[in-house]
Amino acid sequence: MSTTIGAELAEQVTRALDDAAGVEVLRRVEDGMFPDAAWDALNALGLGAALVAEDRGGAGLGFLDVVPVLEALGRAGAPVPLAEGIGSAALLAAAGIDVPDGVLTFAASGAAVPWGRHASHVALVDGARVALYPAASLRWTDGTNTAREARDRPAITGAPIAEGTLPNGWGAEAAMLVTALLRAAQIAGAMQAALALAVEHANTRKQFGRPIGRFQAVQQQLAVFAAETSAVSVAAAAAARAADRRGLAGAAFEIGCAKVTAGEAAAKGAAIAHQVLAAMGITEEHSLHHLTRRLWSWREEGGTERFWSARLGATVQAAPGSLWTFITDRDEEPAA
Amino acid sequence: MTGLRFDLRDPPPGAAALRAEVRAFIAEHEQGWAPEVRARSWMGFDRDFTRAVGARGWVGMCWPKQYGGGERSFLDRFIVLEEMLAAGAPVGAHWIGDRQSGPLILRLGTEAQRQKFLPKIVTGDYAFCIGLSEPDSGSDLASLRTRADRVDGGWKLNGRKIWTTFGHLCDWMIALVRTSPAPESGSKHQGLSQVLVDLKAPGVTIRPIRDLVGEEGFNEITFDDVMLPEDALIGQEGAGWAQATSELAFERSGPDRFMSSHPLLEAGIAALRDDPASAATLGRQVARLWTLRSMSTAVAGMLQEGEDPIRQAALVKDLGNDFEQALPDRMRDVIDTEDMPEAMRRMHAYLTQIVPTFSLRGGTREIMRGIIARELGLR
Repeated sequence: MSTTIGAELAEQVTRALDDAAGVEVLRRVEDGMFPDAAWDALNALGLGAALVAEDRGGAGLGFLDVVPVLEALGRAGAPVPLAEGIGSAALLAAAGIDVPDGVLTFAASGAAVPWGRHASHVALVDGARVALYPAASLRWTDGTNTAREARDRPAITGAPIAEGTLPNGWGAEAAMLVTALLRAAQIAGAMQAALALAVEHANTRKQFGRPIGRFQAVQQQLAVFAAETSAVSVAAAAAARAADRRGLAGAAFEIGCAKVTAGEAAAKGAAIAHQVLAAMGITEEHSLHHLTRRLWSWREEGGTERFWSARLGATVQAAPGSLWTFITDRDEEPAA
Repeated sequence: MTGLRFDLRDPPPGAAALRAEVRAFIAEHEQGWAPEVRARSWMGFDRDFTRAVGARGWVGMCWPKQYGGGERSFLDRFIVLEEMLAAGAPVGAHWIGDRQSGPLILRLGTEAQRQKFLPKIVTGDYAFCIGLSEPDSGSDLASLRTRADRVDGGWKLNGRKIWTTFGHLCDWMIALVRTSPAPESGSKHQGLSQVLVDLKAPGVTIRPIRDLVGEEGFNEITFDDVMLPEDALIGQEGAGWAQATSELAFERSGPDRFMSSHPLLEAGIAALRDDPASAATLGRQVARLWTLRSMSTAVAGMLQEGEDPIRQAALVKDLGNDFEQALPDRMRDVIDTEDMPEAMRRMHAYLTQIVPTFSLRGGTREIMRGIIARELGLR
């Protein structure tokens, strides 16, 4: 599903994370520390500006290209705010603001800021207005999500160091849409990793004299898990492709569909993973819970299933023709 | 997990024009389709409609022109299929021939078989059914007992096939039968062959079976010393199992695995346009449909590239069956049956009774999940 460049970048990310991240790092992150070594390793890949146009000094890639990168991050439990950095740089550059070096993050005005306390700069997005603040200039109230990832609330105490307006194609909900896309792809990755853990456990843990994965009841559950995982991956990629072609605002329907699919799948996948790993997966020692707590957390961000499904439903209720016409009218036929 | 890779696909060039043509065609024919007809989806059997579809070149549209086909791409065909399903068109008289029997004959049949059967599938003269299940053989299909024994000039067929959809309305069956005993120490998958059976031949008895809806949609077909000519064999004698399972990706990944209830979803949205309370439930269905369509299109693209995405197909079928099966109940979540408009209520009643078959036909849910589990390395 990935573009060639996307697959190559994802491989680099995976290698860097294999070396520099892991359960210990996730644990420290959840204790409120910033993983400097992992960040340095990932930052060195230069992916932060992936979505920034080439004439603004970026790589000029599209959302579809970075989906595999986001999945790779998700597989590792996203120990560094690289997704946030990619999203921030994209928003800043689109709004005509020079992208600063360092740890970047973003959020819609009023929303909790991922990794806020650790950032060097923060992009706060109010509708189509983007404002860049040095993180140190904001007054922070620390908070966390269910996964104990930093989700901090800023109080603005001064003027931004730069401001700009997003082009029309980004719409008035750009921060939420970018977040939804990032989280949907990360959920796909986290599900892939949790599925791999569950399958490995099923193949090694023996009860009644054989690996529990030999029992059909377990096989059937893991098959459901795998199917849901594939669904999220396809949905995230299809939404990213739509965003590349029609702009973020024009792809709100597809992004919403992907986020609903991801959120529903995250719940099913996490439940099955824990059922298969039983008590062992519940312990703090096991790496599974870092993934499942992120699955539960990420589905909350960028619009929940409830939020998006209500929006999608209202959209098709208001559409003049049939649902089928609405969906097929969104097909993009390549130029002949 | 390379077997679970999906590659996104775009619609083929000319997709919008083809879609418009199919819609215009459907608009000419749909006046007579009662709600129950639309709810039947690809189980609606209407030979006249099939003849009209064939005349437009939309049956066998990927087959070579010399056999009446259109030499169109698999992605073009996908558009025709999903448009038919979206409208609830009664495509049952050609669905199996177009999806399964025709492609099998094209791939493995002799030149004479291709010339005899393919053009008549296209015109609607030959409707096909599938002879797999038997009274004692369902998911464990290879345990089947219907036998074709070699005799002078051909084969003698004895046994029984069951759950054969539209057997009483069809002209031909491609049956999987035993042509030699399974080896003592070998696999029971050996010794099976596929044969073409003329359902009007002497010795064929078709007994309709009433289904949950109260209709006689499927049958039990008994073969009592039915004489089959030499050329009834398709492909290789003894290779029937591999032949019957080799094109499952075509059977299992298409839009017919998640759109069987689609007209009901359309009716629900139309009935609830002004009801904000139902938006979230409707939206969840829409999101699922959109994701499944993206997945199914991806598989169609892989088929067009000549890949054999059998595991992806099982996965799409499993997710798709869950979705289309649950739709009647999801509609009940947002509107009481008695408040449904008449046409929607009739569709709902029909589908409520027929959806249990969705995760049975074409391989059960448990078999699909078993295929996925095998890919995961669990079996």
